[in-house]
Amino acid sequence: MKQKLHEIKERVKDKKWAPAFNAIHTFLYTPNEVTHKGGTHVKAADDLKRTMNTVILSLVPCLLFGIFNAGYQHYSAIEGFPQDFSIFEHFVNWRNLVVGLTTVLPLLIVSYGVGLAIEFVFAVIKGHEVEEGYLVTGMLVPLIVPVDTPLWMLAIAVAFGVVIGKEVFGGTGMNILNPALTIRAFLFFAYPTWMSGDKVWVHGAVDGVTKANATDAISGETILGYLAQNKTDEMTYSLSEMFYGFIPGSVGETSTFLILLGGLFLVFTKIASWRIMVSAVLGALAMGLMFNAVVDFGWIQSYSKFYSLMAFDFWKHLIVGGLAFGIVYMATDPVTSSQTNRGKWIYGFLIGFISVMIRVFNPGYPEGVFLAILLMNVFAPTIDHYVVQANVKRRLKRAQHAKIYPANEPATLETQTV
Amino acid sequence: MSQDIRIKKGLDLNLVGVAEQTFQKEVASATFGFYLDDFHALTPKLRLKEGAEVKAGEPLFYDKNNPDIQFVSPVSGELVAVERGERRKILSIRLLADKNQEYVKHPKLSVGEASREELLGYFLSTGLWPFIKQRPFDLIADPKQTPKAIFVSGLNTGPLNTDLDFVLKGSEDKLQAALSALKKLTPGAVHVTVASKKNSVFSTLDDIELHQINQLHPAGLVGTQIAQIDPINKGEVVWVVGAQDLVIIGELLLTGQFNATRAIAVAGSRVTSPKYIKTKIGAELGPILEAIGVQEGDNRFIAGDVLTGAQVSSNGHLRYYATQLTVIPEGNDYEFFGWNKPVFNKISPTRALTFSWLNKNKAYDLNTNTNGEHRAFVVTGSYEEVFPLDIYPMQLLKACMVKDLDEMEQLGLYEVAPEDFSLTEFICISKQSHQAIIREGLDILKQELG
Repeated sequence: MKQKLHEIKERVKDKKWAPAFNAIHTFLYTPNEVTHKGGTHVKAADDLKRTMNTVILSLVPCLLFGIFNAGYQHYSAIEGFPQDFSIFEHFVNWRNLVVGLTTVLPLLIVSYGVGLAIEFVFAVIKGHEVEEGYLVTGMLVPLIVPVDTPLWMLAIAVAFGVVIGKEVFGGTGMNILNPALTIRAFLFFAYPTWMSGDKVWVHGAVDGVTKANATDAISGETILGYLAQNKTDEMTYSLSEMFYGFIPGSVGETSTFLILLGGLFLVFTKIASWRIMVSAVLGALAMGLMFNAVVDFGWIQSYSKFYSLMAFDFWKHLIVGGLAFGIVYMATDPVTSSQTNRGKWIYGFLIGFISVMIRVFNPGYPEGVFLAILLMNVFAPTIDHYVVQANVKRRLKRAQHAKIYPANEPATLETQTV
Repeated sequence: MSQDIRIKKGLDLNLVGVAEQTFQKEVASATFGFYLDDFHALTPKLRLKEGAEVKAGEPLFYDKNNPDIQFVSPVSGELVAVERGERRKILSIRLLADKNQEYVKHPKLSVGEASREELLGYFLSTGLWPFIKQRPFDLIADPKQTPKAIFVSGLNTGPLNTDLDFVLKGSEDKLQAALSALKKLTPGAVHVTVASKKNSVFSTLDDIELHQINQLHPAGLVGTQIAQIDPINKGEVVWVVGAQDLVIIGELLLTGQFNATRAIAVAGSRVTSPKYIKTKIGAELGPILEAIGVQEGDNRFIAGDVLTGAQVSSNGHLRYYATQLTVIPEGNDYEFFGWNKPVFNKISPTRALTFSWLNKNKAYDLNTNTNGEHRAFVVTGSYEEVFPLDIYPMQLLKACMVKDLDEMEQLGLYEVAPEDFSLTEFICISKQSHQAIIREGLDILKQELG
């Protein structure tokens, strides 16, 4: 097989579609390429495929949880939440899996199918290798959309995100905006009714599936949804449910626990920046504390529409909505985040800070993390610019004391041979 | 005495095949070679024709743009071949050595009494000048300039490098002569950096400023030391001399003979019993390899270390500045699912299912496979982990790639040589050729603003 593929590779290497073959070939086998002149003779084990693969591995628990949670939320909406919740009886079971697979898997397939097809087409047209960026994007997209997102919508959004968000800039590594969030933003602004409200977060609610023993249709409001409507009293989720993720929300974003594990894995493997994660958490806490303080000082009345969100304990912002997922998997995208270590602190902090701000003040849609990250994506090069300028200034200052000596003509001695 | 230097960023490559500290009996190489690639951007002008007889130390060619700079023959014998490339550019020169070596006899020079001009002239005419390199631009030094300081690295930290304390033992008088001479060439200091101020051969020498640095690669690269001791500013020039070249310089000053002998480590996983050997600049590889023994197979022969050395063929010659010969296996094979399975037998700066972090003392047998394809820059923050200079490595590389002169200058291109980017190139996930990018950037900067 190895030999056969090698022969095919040699045969097709001048063909226009060679990148397409190579993409599949290098997926099976790391290439036989050796180091060349003028560089190091050995190279470290890591390549971009391994890096991307590590991110995907860290996302698998969220995906699996999302699959079961899709079923769990669906049946809980119909039958009511189980009284004595047991994870194996009520969560990890066949009927939840069936619902999950029939709703989440198609999202995953459409995301990868459409996205990779576009990547292959662009690689062939531009004559470069297929870059691995979409491997992660394709996995992220189904995890950040509502479970019942129509597949055609997703396909259009993916096409938009990959072409306009990435390929027009020159492909992986050149894009300004995070492609997965570009896709999410496209969905949000193009089909707002599908992306918000109380109908989209639980499978079946849009189609009007009715509750057991009743005639009214099921619904599933997210925690932020309750808060935004000042309906805190109706919210029945416990803290542990919020933390472990047995709540409605986008497919993979609900379990803060698994996101935390994934984040720790990414930090341990040195793939994602801990600086961004830590500073984003700090930023979110800071903004949350400020809002809490506003409530404590009595500057806002309880009938204000911002009251519930502002009064929400500052640290709880981290375990509801998409904030944790955004901080761990989106903000840390190396291409679109700040590239300098100092810049990463600023960039991350502002993401957390602005996320909670948008969350509280956005009347239509009480989640701000994707907008905050996209906004900071745009500002990341500016942050880097000022960080790098500090280095440049230091160098210029040092150069004021440069010791420069004038050129002189050396006396030459005749070569003497005896 | 100055403060000890401590760098925190870097990476030691622990490879199989460290040279044992014994000397193989010297072997006679029949032919000697010069590769003009070793002298970057040099336009050589031959002084002799093919077939001419030369003595050791007799000039072979000179720099067309700077005719004072002479390159002399390491041996006495016959100039047998001049290999030329496109537009008759000289690629290499080959010499056939005589059995009995005859040396050009230069007058001895008393370093203490000689003036700077006299010393300069002596270095130029005797063929010692090419051992002095300059920063910025990493070229052979321009004798018309005056350096603010001269730097010598007294320790090697790269993979399988020669142990300088071992090979320099007993050469103290020659080192002293060379260092005293260098001290006269600069109004500033001659900085020598060693691993241990107590045990180094340099500890007892005068006319130098001795520094101590911790042994984490790239602490041994002179660029790292310059950045710590006295960084280069725009317009400034520093000179750099290799520690082993000091011995050749010193011997010439003391005896009047150009003795091109060097101790090199023959190392690497494909060498049967890695050890040291004394040989001359440009010596033929064949007899050396035969004496020390190399395993059969598809091998890569490197004059220098695996990060910065030059590839040579098994019947080629040592490079001019090489103090080491490394032999490792080629890696031109496919690896099934090499990108996602756990990796135990390769070095990795990450822990992405790579396990080189588990045991820091394990030695690795690396081959020349790139372990992945060339990609655009994606990952950030990883170069900074192994790059001890106060420079943003990725930003500087990008400035060089887009040929932005202002940025190159502002981000510190004057302070670096390609070898300073060898570790970042090694760990680069996008498999970019950092050293080639920096070399090209330096050439452009020199051409436009030099």
